[in-house]
Amino acid sequence: MKQVYINSVASISAQKTFDNAEFLNDFIDHEAVVFPVVNPDYKAFIPPAAARRMAKGIKMSIVASKIALQESGLDQVDAIITGTGMGCLRDSEKFLSALIDNDEQYLTPTAFIQSTHNTVGGQVALELQCKGYNFTYVHASNSFESALLDTKLLLSNEEENNILVGGVDEIGEHTFKLQELVGHVKKEPVKASELFESNTSGAVYGEGANFFVLSNEKQNNSYAELVRVKMFNTLPKDQLTETIETFLASHNLKISDIDLVILGANGDADYDDYYDILSQGVFKETQQAYYKHISGEFNTASSFGFWLAAKTIQSQILPAVVKRNDLKSTGFKTVLLYNQYRNENHSFTLLKQC
Amino acid sequence: MDALKQELKEFIIEQLNLEDVNVEDIANDDPLFGDGLGLDSIDALELIVMLDKNYGIKLTDPKQGRAIFESIDTMAAYITEHRAN
Repeated sequence: MKQVYINSVASISAQKTFDNAEFLNDFIDHEAVVFPVVNPDYKAFIPPAAARRMAKGIKMSIVASKIALQESGLDQVDAIITGTGMGCLRDSEKFLSALIDNDEQYLTPTAFIQSTHNTVGGQVALELQCKGYNFTYVHASNSFESALLDTKLLLSNEEENNILVGGVDEIGEHTFKLQELVGHVKKEPVKASELFESNTSGAVYGEGANFFVLSNEKQNNSYAELVRVKMFNTLPKDQLTETIETFLASHNLKISDIDLVILGANGDADYDDYYDILSQGVFKETQQAYYKHISGEFNTASSFGFWLAAKTIQSQILPAVVKRNDLKSTGFKTVLLYNQYRNENHSFTLLKQC
Repeated sequence: MDALKQELKEFIIEQLNLEDVNVEDIANDDPLFGDGLGLDSIDALELIVMLDKNYGIKLTDPKQGRAIFESIDTMAAYITEHRAN
């Protein structure tokens, strides 16, 4: 079994993260119920003729993929693995709305062919001319982790050597209205910097694409080693601490060996208690970071957390805007990510300095 | 006829997401496919649906499209002759 390394990262998010030379230097303190993405110059990455049929999620993913591939120093990857909770939502809504508005007549092909969940993986492959393994995982807030697990297994078993893996989700106007209706979104705009003090129900939503090249060969500029990713569809609250301890023990680690725990809290007063159990419990004496106040919540927001962890390990700097407590580790060698959304789809992701 | 040509250009730009193209950029006799505006087979399907939806024209033989969609001039002429609405 070979070890797996993160050899490049790329992020399109609600912060200016597309420039890898920077690391959250300028925090954008959004005040909204949905945080907009800071757009890169898409035209610099995608030919206009190809871009004209692409919705936001596809454009973000192609730019992130190209940045990640470029940074990895590779001309090509062996496989492309994508995680997305909702897929190409905007074109799905467009196609379904046309179906209703036109009484199932006059249906045009463009929105339909771009509306499936695996459109992103397909379009990225077309842009990169990658004819290798291409798979898309759709599993709510464990979509990215599912993609990551497949990536890890393929690389560890040497079935592939270099894989582009990413998480992407876009906001769809109609779906967002439904999410507001069922109370999954906060009723009032909240400032990003005050999200965790809001003490109200619902999350602040966002969108983004985070892509990475993972390899079973370490490079001089590798970001970190991906040690393990583990998912749970359900995890009772009273078993959370014990489950994390068992997870760490299987790698001969104790809670005190974790230099930084990155938690996926999203400021939802009804569901952040899982994170509180850890931050006020076993990880009370551990340096902690939150990130969904700067990325917003979406099914693959944890891929932004993964980006944050990789950048932190490589730079050995934790940006002030994500710090959750005043504790300071002597270094970031072992980092644990924990994420869940509305008490479902829990994941632990363990990274190590390499 | 001129109003129809203007309408067709606006439709093509909006519906086919030609972001960097303005109405003035499309000459009435410019080829729409290939070296001209660069439309492709998926766009052709969009145009066939548009003929039906906006003008009540059903193309029973898709091969007809080649001549009809040659330019804005040819489209406007065909629509003027065959339109139902």
